[in-house]
Amino acid sequence: MEVGDMGLPKPVARESVESLRSSKSLTPTRRSHLSDRIFFHVTRSLAVLVLILSLLLVFELLRGSAEARAEFGIGFIWGTTWDPVAEQFSTLPTITGTLAKAFLSLLIAVPVSLGTAIFLAIYAPRWIRTPLSYIVESLASIPSVIIGLWGLFIMVPVVRVLQIWLKDNFGWFPLFSGPAIFGVGVLAAGIILAIMITPIIAAISRDVIRTVPRAQMEGLLALGATRWEAIWKVVLPYGRAGIIGAVILGLGRAVGETMAVTMVGGNAFKLVTSLFDPVHSMASQIASEFTEADSNLYVSSLIYVGLVLFAITVVIEIVAQLMIWRITKGQGEARHQA
Amino acid sequence: MAQPQATGQQQTERTNGAQPVNGMQFGIDVKPGMIDVVPDEEARLIVRNVHAYYGEAHAVKDITFAMRSRKVTAIIGPSGCGKSTLLRCMNRMHEEQRAARVEGQIILDGENIYDRSVDPVLVRRRIGMVFQKPNPFPTMSIADNVLAGYKLNRVRAGKGDLAERCEVALRRAALWDEVKDQLNRPGTDLSGGQQQRLCIARSLAVDPEILLMDEPCSALDPLATARIEDLVKELSQEITVVIVTHNMQQAARVSDMTAFMLLGRMIEYGPTTDMFTTPRDERTEAYITGRFG
Repeated sequence: MEVGDMGLPKPVARESVESLRSSKSLTPTRRSHLSDRIFFHVTRSLAVLVLILSLLLVFELLRGSAEARAEFGIGFIWGTTWDPVAEQFSTLPTITGTLAKAFLSLLIAVPVSLGTAIFLAIYAPRWIRTPLSYIVESLASIPSVIIGLWGLFIMVPVVRVLQIWLKDNFGWFPLFSGPAIFGVGVLAAGIILAIMITPIIAAISRDVIRTVPRAQMEGLLALGATRWEAIWKVVLPYGRAGIIGAVILGLGRAVGETMAVTMVGGNAFKLVTSLFDPVHSMASQIASEFTEADSNLYVSSLIYVGLVLFAITVVIEIVAQLMIWRITKGQGEARHQA
Repeated sequence: MAQPQATGQQQTERTNGAQPVNGMQFGIDVKPGMIDVVPDEEARLIVRNVHAYYGEAHAVKDITFAMRSRKVTAIIGPSGCGKSTLLRCMNRMHEEQRAARVEGQIILDGENIYDRSVDPVLVRRRIGMVFQKPNPFPTMSIADNVLAGYKLNRVRAGKGDLAERCEVALRRAALWDEVKDQLNRPGTDLSGGQQQRLCIARSLAVDPEILLMDEPCSALDPLATARIEDLVKELSQEITVVIVTHNMQQAARVSDMTAFMLLGRMIEYGPTTDMFTTPRDERTEAYITGRFG
């Protein structure tokens, strides 16, 4: 471009436009982008496959549990009898047991995970952050039977000491009123689950917190906030949808976890009223009794338990989605600006 | 440096007698025209031999100058010259980044804000900051955004008091008329220019004595920019404003004093009119006439 032309582009000659048009037609001469089309169909088939698998799962649960559903109806959910000899089945104790230890584990795991995530994302210098992140993530991949064994031999004796101490000092409190002799029970199961879900919640929350723009935290710091205030009032609220997602993922695992809680839960089929009661869970019940189920009704009842468990996880997921939807409603803009 | 180092600079005391301003008695070299250009009784914030680092990178090199009270000071210079870093040093925001550190003194009312006993949180309540990109808090309403900093002071304020403070801050930021009927809507619903004025209102709500602005218009269109510039001039009747900008016209329009930085050093500092008509340093002249940067 010359100095004298004021930076304006030179007019394009008419012929050159015509020649461009003829050499680069917009209608292809052969079928192009075949790879794009194949890729599209492959990904769509895979997505449909996942959908079919989950539908089959529901179908099988419904089919397998048909006999039990016909026999016991919806009362299966709130009855408290599990008697294979008399062929009377209903499973409220395992439902409450499952939920009790899952929520206890959240109570323990959420503060620990959020603390870990905040430290890793905001405070930790690089030389701590990287190795610690690896450790947290690798904790999530330890097989649950290993954690269960550790829990049974190492943790349960400690929990037992804790139980005795709690009962001696705070025995008047209903939650601490149970038998403090076993070690195994709601408390032990809750702790072991907390250990298993903490890495999941911490790792995802850390990623969520790291995506919160620095300008958000600095905005409040510049107004004279302490770091704690900035994290609590700006960083966590900004990432709350993602953090709730992480917690729900942890809850999902806690509800469905089988092996470790079977090992430290105590597995007594009764309603839990205190933290020290032995606890049975739906997943443990299915796993431990399936091989001995000798009648069709017994098998069908166990599948019915599976159906209820499935329903509970679906309800949890729906509630979580509603919460996230409520929270992000009206701040769609903000998410994109991030 | 091209400029001669001062050897016998004037040695003056601050009017309150608390701290001598000039560097001589500490054995600090002070370049002429940097600090003596501001009379002591007008100096509100004094930057003295400040160095700033990001890890090994030396971003701000030995800068000494003073901001005049209730005036607008513009810091100009090409990208990467350290002007934003210098600004962030002035309310101790620089150290919030990883591996960032500051050396030297910055003196507010005779007190070095980098003194060991000084709480950076309290510094930031007196020296507010507006950022390059508008950063309203998306989970808060417009009113909550404005009051976010004020509420941190944990003053037990009544509802009426809060509403009044919110209104005053929004009026000072020239935003009240546009948002008075939608105070409960999310702050992020506003346009970019409105968001930036919301961020200014948020800073004003804590009654800062000094307002630091880090390229506050760089993400805004010309109309929104003009509004912010008017606002800056208005604000300077009450508070001291320091504005970093890469837009020389903006510096010429809004500021009373201008500092020119290059490669981490301050090349020249003086009244804006002088800087843009008769710059003393050839590099300043080259920059403001558009020969580089």
